[in-house]
Amino acid sequence: MKRHDQGTYEYLRRHKRFPHVWCAGCGIGIVMASILRSVQKLELNQDDVALISGIGCTGRMPVYMDFNTMHTTHGRALAFATGLKMARPEMEVIVVMGDGDALAIGGNHFIHAARRNINLTAIVVNNSIYGMTGGQSSPTTPLSSFSATAPYGHIEQPFPICDLAIASGAAFVARSTVYHVNQLDKIVEQAIAKRGFAVVEAVSYCHTTFGRANNLKTPVDMMHYLKDNSITLQAAKKNGDELPKDRIVRGVLHDEEKPEFTELYDQVIEQAHGPLPARKRKVRRGWF
Amino acid sequence: MTVELLQGNRAAALGALAAGCRFFAGYPITPSSEIAEIMSRELPKVGGKFLQMEDEIASMAAVIGGSVGGLKSMTATSGPGFSLMQENIGYAAVAEIPCVVINVMRTGPSTGLPTSPAQGDVMQARWGTHGDHPIVALAPASVRETFDLTVKAFNFAEKYRTPVFVLMDEVIGHMREKVELPDPKAVEIVNREMPTVPPEWYEPFGNPPSDVPPLAPFGEGYRYHITGLLHDARGFPTERLDEIQPWVERVFRKLDRHMDEIAMWQQDGVEDARVLVVAYGSTARSAQQALKIARARYGRKVGLLRLKTLWPFPEDLVEQLAEEAQRIIVAEMNLGQIALEVERIVGRKRVVRVGRADGRIVTPEQILDAIRAPRPQPARNPALARF
Repeated sequence: MKRHDQGTYEYLRRHKRFPHVWCAGCGIGIVMASILRSVQKLELNQDDVALISGIGCTGRMPVYMDFNTMHTTHGRALAFATGLKMARPEMEVIVVMGDGDALAIGGNHFIHAARRNINLTAIVVNNSIYGMTGGQSSPTTPLSSFSATAPYGHIEQPFPICDLAIASGAAFVARSTVYHVNQLDKIVEQAIAKRGFAVVEAVSYCHTTFGRANNLKTPVDMMHYLKDNSITLQAAKKNGDELPKDRIVRGVLHDEEKPEFTELYDQVIEQAHGPLPARKRKVRRGWF
Repeated sequence: MTVELLQGNRAAALGALAAGCRFFAGYPITPSSEIAEIMSRELPKVGGKFLQMEDEIASMAAVIGGSVGGLKSMTATSGPGFSLMQENIGYAAVAEIPCVVINVMRTGPSTGLPTSPAQGDVMQARWGTHGDHPIVALAPASVRETFDLTVKAFNFAEKYRTPVFVLMDEVIGHMREKVELPDPKAVEIVNREMPTVPPEWYEPFGNPPSDVPPLAPFGEGYRYHITGLLHDARGFPTERLDEIQPWVERVFRKLDRHMDEIAMWQQDGVEDARVLVVAYGSTARSAQQALKIARARYGRKVGLLRLKTLWPFPEDLVEQLAEEAQRIIVAEMNLGQIALEVERIVGRKRVVRVGRADGRIVTPEQILDAIRAPRPQPARNPALARF
């Protein structure tokens, strides 16, 4: 029988870059493999795929994958990707970010990329902590959990990543966890194929920093946590449209067709070759 | 060749278009906004792309992204925005991504005096981003020169794979002058070198004899890695001294060995000058007027060195031209930034700083007073009196 991930090995920079930097048992590698399988399933040419990341544990992901890869500054991955996408609209640009990267320092770029609805795939690996710097609170650290900078318990409420993306105008928003890999594969594949700004929240974990501070010391503990605390969208909707706030709701939460930015810009270019469009002039008293 | 009444900011935009700029990402800020407005109108006409980003940090990031995609890219801003861009300017320097930043300088610090002129961002242009890095900064003094130096900025950026700044001041940006622009086809344009080797041999950060490795845009079959971490010849992060050291040496060497081309200046009566005025940007125009009066009315032997290239600082040039002068007056719209460089080269004793940072231009009278002033006695530090 053919393994479902056979061939994805070819997409790794396996001679040069391994072993990777992540802790044994980390969930980021699962997300990485998910991306590779999706790219393979969509039969994308490696030369036409760009992988952009910010800073942090997730930021290290592109270096292991044999695409056009760019490891940018903290939080700015989406802005770099926006520029690249404008220059190369035919490329498939995938952006991988951590939760701190995408939502704290990069929060502004996140909502504006969604508002612009530019055809990027934003994969947010949410481990609810700053892992690389040693386990400080992040924008998605759960209320009253412990971290290196919340030794008395975290008193801020976490960002709902998917709600934020939907409200900001993303065309596709979905969530799954690194425990539910088959679903994650499907979602990532759908997100890459989507024309428009697609957000995937891949709920992961950091057993090394978050787990140790919150009585979930091993990857197995964390996996159980993800399994026990998540619920599919269908199951969640059985009790009405109100989604439970205390569970990780897995599934495609939002999918809509709307004009995509680079396509709209092509129309601008077409228009620009003629005279500027006439504007309706309304002179109202008190304007000047 | 056409004669036009042109604003400095417009000349910058036209220069960029003539140089082949096809991507602009920016954020509105006076006194540079006209450049963005013109680019938003003109770029789509030539198939280029304009993007208004959410802030200057994103603008600079998008510019780098566009350049990696193979388009000549730029942004335009002023002091506060320039401060925000520093993070990604450092990225462009370390990843050697060609890009042009036009900074129409206004009075700072912070929001300062919008939008009075200043030349206060000279040191920020050099050292604004953290760490040692090579940088190029050019300072035009007229509308026509703004056009020319913007073209040069793109040429340097593409040729040397480096971020290049055009440091205009508000006076130059908003001034209108009658200018003759060259035929766009006659403008000399340099495009970045593309790799000719097969992808598996390609070294985007290698060490070729020219010191500037070719840069393949993403999507052309050369799959490689770009990072803000210090990296090896293939772009992968490294901590090995034998890989880092050659990189550090090369990125400085790539500009140093081409100083003949990069250093641009204009000199006037420097040969027998007893007093040498060093100025740049709009202040050089005041200096020119002061020179005229000093010579005609007072018969002084004064010379003017007008710098068009501020960074890398043309050390040899200043050292050579200042050799015979008894006094060197450095006039600028700040309290002494290029003066620091001049003092470093010729010594503090001979240098007189003429500057202000109150949002007003340095007047010809101010410079004239400095030219006519008796030779200043260096103030002695009382604490050193017993030596």
